[in-house]
Amino acid sequence: MDTARDLVIEERKDSISTKGKHKKQLKCDTDSVAGCVSQRACVYCGARVVLNPITDAIHLVHGPIGCASYTWDIRGSLSSGSDLYRNSFSTDLKEEDVIFGGEKKLAKAIDELVANYPSKLVFVYSTCIVGVIGDDLEAVCKAASQRHNIEVIPVQSSGFIGNKSAGYRAACDALLRLIEPQEQKIKKTNSINYLGDFNLAAEAWIIQNYLKEMGIDINVTFTGDSSYDALKKAPGASLNIIQCAGSMTYLAGKMKEIYNIPYLNISFLGIEDTSESLRKVAAFFNNKEMMARTEALIERQTQKVLPVIEAYREKFAGKKAAVYVGGGFKAISLIKQFREIGIEVVMIGTQTGQKDEYETIHELVDEGTVVLDDANPAELEKFMVEKGAHLLVGGVKERPLAYKLGVAFIDHNHDRKHPLGGYVGAVNFAKEVYSTLCSPVWKYVDSMGGV
Amino acid sequence: METTHCRNVNENPCNMCMPMGGILPFKGLEQSMVIIHGSQGCATYMRRHIAEHFNEPVDVGSSSLNEKGTIYGGENNLKQGIDNIIRIYNPRVIGILTTCLAETIGEDIDRIAADYLEERGLKNLPIITVPTPGYGDSHSEGYWLTVKKIVVGVARKTAKHGKINVITPNISPADVREIKRILDLMKIKYTLLPDFSDTLDRPFAKPYKKIPDGGTKLADIARMPGAAATIQFGLTVEDGMSPGKYLETEFGVPLYNLPIPIGLENTDFFIKTLREITGKAMPKVLEQERGRLLDCMIDSHKYNFEGRSVVFGDPELVYAMAKTCIENGTFPVVVATGSKTGKLAELLAPQLCDTLNKFYILDESDFTQIRETGIEMKANIAIGHSDGRYLTEKAGIPLVRMGFPIHDRMGGQRLLSVGYTGSAMFIDRITNTLLENKLINYRSKMYQQYYQGTEDEYQCFPEC
Repeated sequence: MDTARDLVIEERKDSISTKGKHKKQLKCDTDSVAGCVSQRACVYCGARVVLNPITDAIHLVHGPIGCASYTWDIRGSLSSGSDLYRNSFSTDLKEEDVIFGGEKKLAKAIDELVANYPSKLVFVYSTCIVGVIGDDLEAVCKAASQRHNIEVIPVQSSGFIGNKSAGYRAACDALLRLIEPQEQKIKKTNSINYLGDFNLAAEAWIIQNYLKEMGIDINVTFTGDSSYDALKKAPGASLNIIQCAGSMTYLAGKMKEIYNIPYLNISFLGIEDTSESLRKVAAFFNNKEMMARTEALIERQTQKVLPVIEAYREKFAGKKAAVYVGGGFKAISLIKQFREIGIEVVMIGTQTGQKDEYETIHELVDEGTVVLDDANPAELEKFMVEKGAHLLVGGVKERPLAYKLGVAFIDHNHDRKHPLGGYVGAVNFAKEVYSTLCSPVWKYVDSMGGV
Repeated sequence: METTHCRNVNENPCNMCMPMGGILPFKGLEQSMVIIHGSQGCATYMRRHIAEHFNEPVDVGSSSLNEKGTIYGGENNLKQGIDNIIRIYNPRVIGILTTCLAETIGEDIDRIAADYLEERGLKNLPIITVPTPGYGDSHSEGYWLTVKKIVVGVARKTAKHGKINVITPNISPADVREIKRILDLMKIKYTLLPDFSDTLDRPFAKPYKKIPDGGTKLADIARMPGAAATIQFGLTVEDGMSPGKYLETEFGVPLYNLPIPIGLENTDFFIKTLREITGKAMPKVLEQERGRLLDCMIDSHKYNFEGRSVVFGDPELVYAMAKTCIENGTFPVVVATGSKTGKLAELLAPQLCDTLNKFYILDESDFTQIRETGIEMKANIAIGHSDGRYLTEKAGIPLVRMGFPIHDRMGGQRLLSVGYTGSAMFIDRITNTLLENKLINYRSKMYQQYYQGTEDEYQCFPEC
């Protein structure tokens, strides 16, 4: 049976495929179809997610209040320094501003904020109406920058100009402006930049410790626990490694072009990917001692983690998982991670996966697995039920749907309070799967395959 | 002197935007779906916020306006969106809310909706449009305007009947259920709008339904103009947005605009009004509950008197909470809302002036201002939604979670605070938070003050 055939929305059919049944390339990276209840957010969201972890910046949203309200401190990025980033500032545009323009208000807002919260860096996020009423963000930011002798960087993130991926790109453009050396050349070092880790629940710190043990210093992380000064040194790294490819590949490409910094795609989700990634980074430096240290680290950590995972694995026999996450890299790692704990992925989708990522997903999954891009609740429900998933991985919006279906749930979102990266993350992941899949609650529910 | 009304920057918002408020009443209609005309992000952010509060799937469509739609008009997007909503959800009524973007590019949603129904031959499908630009008002006004537009869209002149209309603000599903229980106890027939007591707090059941059962029936809303009276818990609502006022002006249904029945006086007011309208007596059960509330107030009055509260959130709820605090001696030193309204000050100032205490009533406020004012006023308890956790983290003021959204704790949808029983539970939550804070700190406080400390200083009243 063609699983896409009985779906009601014609425009969505090319965005859904079943391995072994469809040969055609999955349609992805397009605008969402109206009325389909997409789970995606907007350009502004994409930009804000990427830039917000910069701890000592003023994050000012130029727009009506909602955009700032819905993004105030909702992410779990941790800081070792300033916590200015945990404030949400807004120009709170009103009707008269929409009619007469918001430039003056924006300029005053920057002045007030800089006076109250001394900082070397201000990001000004553009929202939908700013793009329409035609405020000259560049000019206002440039003038403010000169007035205060700090950097005031506009982020072109009007919601309608594309999907979340366009926001990632807007954020990367802002970052490129920020790291561009003003006068003197940045000194090259042996250190690396770590791209696409937002230090959710200390994940960037965990990876930093691994690299340190191997003998590698992180120059700066984009953007978890980063600061103005640290980001300014970014061009001095000798290698960029990318975790969240969806948001950071563009930046890495540009940094290669401009600063001649090569990059490697890595993933620190799951034991296999973590070990593989650490080896890949060590291999880049082509240093025997470093390789030995790396192998020792991998050996020690794996020995510690494997028995724990093995114990959990026994409990998960015969269980099936569905995955719906933001980016493709996370989806790919999750397939492998589920395999590590003996769970088959029967449905997998992303909000912003790219063509090559879907190709990899297609190669990795078993026959019969449904792959979907930019899914909606109706499709998630349909395929979870059809495929008999016992567990869904997703974000806040997907959680209640899973629970109402009597399906276990893993929070793989930016709000999580426990690390899912590195070896400790692999254990936490298995533990979380156990806590939800094997909870006694399902005994009381006539669920589709509850334990 | 600068006032709070012309600030150039909002620091940590205490309110949300208009369409957010508009979603909730539509979720309280039987078999309804709502679509937001704007860019995809608006619908997603609001769904996320609402889903996290209620722990319910909250499906909201979007016309997913892109660059092309923004330049040439989003009519096709909106129509395609409604098509798809109908295909997936097959609703009995559809709400369209606009956004900043749709309003700024000048979308005529009434015309688009009418054309759509004409083109698709769907004469019997009610589509209710609500202009809710995010730069217009806050979510509170978005809520009320939407309820009004639902009434305007659905209500029809009908013969008189004995039911009463009960129009409720954004209170918890548990609160809505409690109001219905009180009405049932008094054997009063009613139409309650919007009734999201089941739709946003549905029992676990199989099979899963894309649109949950429950909600106010359209046929009942249609007959609201024939009711004996309207009780609206909307003391702070402007006439232009007031559904009760509309029913009164257009159809002559007498309006009783009451505070939310939280606290003794407000609940008494509600029961008294019900008795007046229907001539029914207060049942024994409710008398017992009233007596228990009084007992609760007496039991905890000394603890409550130590509270100096910061009360914030939607104006309507803030009024009821502040009033309850006044009744119990937990004096509200800061009363704040993110909405623009003069009504709170108008209603509360006379009651607060009765005491010797100094106080602030802030509208169009934000959390930086609320925090600074709270510190200045030596507040020791905050009452409001989850964003007030910032007051705990930054100023050590413990928070009693109440209102919307509650996203960092479980059970916002189950919080019961209305009626005599709910009020007692609400007061207990306040008292226990004060006690918890006192008991955690008193040993170290006494040690610092008397073992290590200096001479006592005496004051009769903290602020006199």
